[in-house]
Amino acid sequence: MAVAELGETVSELRQAYESGRTRSLAWRQAQLRGLLRLLKEQQETAFEALHEDLGKHRAEAYRDEVGLLMKSANVALRQLGKWMTPEKVWVPLVAFPATGQIVPEPLGVILIFACWNVPLGLSLEPLIGAIAAGNAVALKPSELSPCTAKFLAENVGKYMDAAAVKVVQGGPEVGEQLMEHRWDKVLFTGSPRVGRAVMAAASKHLTPVALELGGKCPCIFDMMSSARELQIAVNRIVGAKWSCCAGQACLAIDYLLVEERYLPVLLKVLKSTMKRFFSDADAMARIVNARHFQRLSNLLKDKEVAPSILHGGSMDAENLYIEPTILLNPPLDSAIMTEEIFGPLLPIITLKKIEDSIAFVRTMPKPLALYAFTGDAKLRRRIVEETSSGSVTFNDAVVQYAIDALPFGGVGQSGSGQYHGKYSFEMFSHKKAVMKRGYLIELTLRYPPWNERKIALMRHLYRFDYFGFVLCFLGLRR
Amino acid sequence: MATAAAEQLRESFLTGKTRPAAWREAQLRGVLRMVTEMETAICDALHADLAKPRTESYVQEVKSSCKFALKNLKKWMKPQKVSAGVLTFPSTARIAAEPLGVVLVISAWNYPFLLSVDPVIGAIAAGNAVVLKPSEIASATSTLLAELLPRFVDGSFIKVVEGGVPETTALLEQKWDKIFYTGNGKVGRIVLSLAAKHLTPVVLELGGKCPVVVDSNVDAHVAAKRIAVGKWGCNNGQACVAPDFIITTNSFAPKLVESLEKVLLKFYGKDPLQSPDLSQIVNSNHFNRLSRLMDEEMVSDKVVFGGQRDELQLKISPTLLLDVPLDSAIMKEEIFGPLLPIITADKIHESFALINSMTKPLAAYLFTKDSTLQDQFENGISAGATIINDTSIHLTNLHLPFGGVGESGMGAYHGTFSFEAFSHKKAILARCFIGETKARYPPYTPEKLKIVKGVLKGNLLAMIQAISGCARGA
Repeated sequence: MAVAELGETVSELRQAYESGRTRSLAWRQAQLRGLLRLLKEQQETAFEALHEDLGKHRAEAYRDEVGLLMKSANVALRQLGKWMTPEKVWVPLVAFPATGQIVPEPLGVILIFACWNVPLGLSLEPLIGAIAAGNAVALKPSELSPCTAKFLAENVGKYMDAAAVKVVQGGPEVGEQLMEHRWDKVLFTGSPRVGRAVMAAASKHLTPVALELGGKCPCIFDMMSSARELQIAVNRIVGAKWSCCAGQACLAIDYLLVEERYLPVLLKVLKSTMKRFFSDADAMARIVNARHFQRLSNLLKDKEVAPSILHGGSMDAENLYIEPTILLNPPLDSAIMTEEIFGPLLPIITLKKIEDSIAFVRTMPKPLALYAFTGDAKLRRRIVEETSSGSVTFNDAVVQYAIDALPFGGVGQSGSGQYHGKYSFEMFSHKKAVMKRGYLIELTLRYPPWNERKIALMRHLYRFDYFGFVLCFLGLRR
Repeated sequence: MATAAAEQLRESFLTGKTRPAAWREAQLRGVLRMVTEMETAICDALHADLAKPRTESYVQEVKSSCKFALKNLKKWMKPQKVSAGVLTFPSTARIAAEPLGVVLVISAWNYPFLLSVDPVIGAIAAGNAVVLKPSEIASATSTLLAELLPRFVDGSFIKVVEGGVPETTALLEQKWDKIFYTGNGKVGRIVLSLAAKHLTPVVLELGGKCPVVVDSNVDAHVAAKRIAVGKWGCNNGQACVAPDFIITTNSFAPKLVESLEKVLLKFYGKDPLQSPDLSQIVNSNHFNRLSRLMDEEMVSDKVVFGGQRDELQLKISPTLLLDVPLDSAIMKEEIFGPLLPIITADKIHESFALINSMTKPLAAYLFTKDSTLQDQFENGISAGATIINDTSIHLTNLHLPFGGVGESGMGAYHGTFSFEAFSHKKAILARCFIGETKARYPPYTPEKLKIVKGVLKGNLLAMIQAISGCARGA
């Protein structure tokens, strides 16, 4: 998009917001219903776009994107009235008569950058929140998932208020140009490197930024108490790694930590489960493009790392396919153990004792999610108290994303700001403090000229020591 | 020094000592003791820096803040159970607050004690290690804080670093888990851009031109008193929430001006420059800045009251100006001083357009008895806070979030909001191995997709099918 066109887009959005129509409950509901209709009527086209961009199976596309979006939009529709209602707060007696409230108001015009790996979900989930909060929105899908970007550009305007909700297509240059403008909030989902650039650009206009980044999400794997539990745990791990866009997901398990004596048992079940799940080539998504394929291939080809490949490792550059791969104890300073993998490679690190996993995780930057399969209550408590991550999930992985009551977001290097459910509404709102007073009572001790007596009286009032205040007022106490 | 401080605090934080409630309570009690025992020294320092009258020391505010935190700490620290819903049934979900880690608090010069200690209280309550950088412009208070804090709190976790621009820049170059800055928008932008390097989240408490709209249906005398105390009773106008300018109707303006004059006479006497209840201008830089605003050609003849100055004492008397041009400097910049322009309009509703043409302020005030106007104001004006029929009082209500929006800042604090500003709300989900559904996993079949669809839609039959997968195991 040309620079001038971009400028026009931004002004149109601002005009749409300033017209005031995005503030009404009716408008917000209409947009959410429009979105639901879009997802229902254009579902097949959406599946095709996701398959074209990432080789995503329709089941994965529904489970991780379309289905969840419909659920979120419905939750927003149901809860919107409640979210919009001001919250009454306590007001001290000294201000009587007075009322206090916290009133949510829209921030104004929002910019959402989506990542390529969950291209529909990462565009529309925040959009639901931004609209629910009464804002006008610009959506910038990733150019690395071009079919989905086109899908959004063609459909969003048709089902929603096209002057207040716009899709801007293009690459990094368009992103940079967008950031030259003033926004009332920017949400960026992607890599820390670009996150830094977005935040730096936002500083010019004092634009608040929410960042959904990634990190190396560890999975701590303790001994399971039965073969059945072991199988279920492994199902969940395999699902969370390879069934999530072939590991190209901020929430995917990045690496596994397990006690060395338990390794053989785990490996056996891992391999058999992987075989069963991915017998069909199209059950796993493909690598998004040649650049990422090359990156992942380099991780494996690293001289120090290649010997640790235990299972898989074959690659098909033409079809951008990498076989689900397990590595055992690659060097901790190798790229595969220092960078976020974002692909179908699973390093397993063995430890003497599972408790050592806590110290291990603490040496790494704070991840978006931490997973632990364990029935040991003490270990669980230690994990919660001694590690920090966006979220912690026990005995499963990635599913926390689907729970609206839980905030979704990172901490430290994995990001700042949280959304999903009512947190989406709050992310794109300003909580305005409102106090109203009347003229009935006037406390002259507030005013100059001041003296010791007034100070003493105020002291009592501030402590809500009304009895002391009265005594002091009557001259019976200082 | 900055690097050493940051590193030391990080090591300390990693020991985990700040996590238990007992440690946090001990620090908060230490702050409380400091404020109680050293009140005189604190007021003396504030007087040295700003000629602040004792009433404005806000020592009481700090005490209230500590006590509020002490009272609510255990509640804040308790994980909050939430409904996990049916998707992951059976499971439990909760949200637990954890400290961010090592945080930096940069304070301002106008309320140098309050704006240093109040955020630190929040940081401590949330279990963080803190570096406090007080403003060097309020040098007596800065020195006092550097001397006092280590005596009353655990110096391995709470440090004061003094200094000016170079020291502040050095601090900002370090990696922090959060930066809390109070000050102006220009430096706010610098803070944000430096924070970007480390992806550090920030709270910015900035300023703006806080407008006061005065309707003609109010008691002019009471309105004048409330405006006056919010303006000149707050560090002689040098406060982020001080009324910056007034908008009223042509017809009401004379009455309002008259009331303001009467009130000012009562508050500060015939010779306000001699009143002990009027703070001084912080330094000659700001004194000159304010003089320039008053002396601008199209403005100087609009002074209707006050205008007296004493350069030696750095005092400027409460000054009213009537109908200055909207493009004058005094109407374009945040005044942050004792000058109060009064703009008149034909109808009170015209005030909205004027306010909306400016950047969003930290607070917007309206004096009126008309409830429709009140609602329109609330809906039509965006600001950090809107107050009806008073000024600045929301500061003392710990149940209200205090913070800006747009140019007036991002993030909020006070009360529970302070605790949240310095915490990460960690989502925790615990599942077990009952209820395993094969429909999640490949190889995918149309039947599996049907079950997934049903579960996501909340279809009971689909959910039963999904959950009953446990009988069939893997």
